[in-house]
Amino acid sequence: MSGMAVQTLADRLKAAFPDAVRDVVIFRGQATVTVGKTSILDLLRFLKEEPECAFNHLADLCGLDRGPAHEPRFGVVYNLYSLTHRHRIRLCAEVPSDDCTIESAGALWEGAAWHERECYDMFGIVFVNHADLRRVLMPEDWTGHPLRKDYPVEGPAERWSGYEEVVRKAEAFRKHELRKR
Amino acid sequence: MKTEQPELVAVEDGVRVIPGANTIITSVDRIVNWGRSSSLWPMTFGLACCAIEMMAAGAAHLDLDRFGIIFRASPRQSDCMIVAGTVTMKMAPVVRKVYDQMPEPRYVIAMGSCACSGGIFKTYSTVQGVDEIVPVDVYIPGCPPRPEALIDGLLKLQQLIKKEEFTWSRWA
Repeated sequence: MSGMAVQTLADRLKAAFPDAVRDVVIFRGQATVTVGKTSILDLLRFLKEEPECAFNHLADLCGLDRGPAHEPRFGVVYNLYSLTHRHRIRLCAEVPSDDCTIESAGALWEGAAWHERECYDMFGIVFVNHADLRRVLMPEDWTGHPLRKDYPVEGPAERWSGYEEVVRKAEAFRKHELRKR
Repeated sequence: MKTEQPELVAVEDGVRVIPGANTIITSVDRIVNWGRSSSLWPMTFGLACCAIEMMAAGAAHLDLDRFGIIFRASPRQSDCMIVAGTVTMKMAPVVRKVYDQMPEPRYVIAMGSCACSGGIFKTYSTVQGVDEIVPVDVYIPGCPPRPEALIDGLLKLQQLIKKEEFTWSRWA
């Protein structure tokens, strides 16, 4: 894919949504477009449904945390691919920490549902109008969002209650073992 | 009529035979431990890359079957659990449940650094050693351990079983 084509794509997007597009970076033939989160669904729909764009495949959707000192702190990154035109684009939607929500892309690509669940699980970004926004990796009664920059690597001092229960059970059952160890 | 007392021949420590009578004289411990150690049926608990090495140990080239070790897919038919891989906190209740479902006497092998101590994953979601939730008999270090190391661990477990006394009764 030539660098020219991605530039054209980015320009088209900027022309269609001059208020939403905040930054365009072209690096090694890849376009990264930073956008605001309010009109994200319109942007994505434009990219999917405009015949010259035709981004019919959501290759990946992931979260982003720049750290508590940074504002807007969070981001949601959409990697789009067009199977028709074989071109790619990357969209980065900025999500501020005081309003940690964004519109769900599930209506455009059904595959977005699981990615958004993971993003919610790890970063605590709430996807509005998501059909089933539950945790996908961590246990359902887990507290906190582990991939946030201010989450301790070794976990909070208080361990997950489900695990504490297993440890308690292991200790209680020890006296019933046939073999003493 | 003169009866001749048969001469008992010691074939190994604690095992004697009566020549010509097809009879072995030994202790119940010896018989039970011999049976158990010669037919260890492990429950496969493959959780990560260690499971690949475990499969290699069971396959044709290294062939665990020659030690009487046959992998079982059900805890009800197993007497040994090989915890092969990283145990996450979400998985911990499952590991414990499978262990509880195994009939006694039961043995646990912690295979690999992760199962032994959490390995490189000193993180929020990883159990820091499977011995926090189940009693472990043999620890096999390595990341992952080679199949030979697993076989060594299983032979160590066999030696451990051969030293047991009165594990065939709760009331002994």
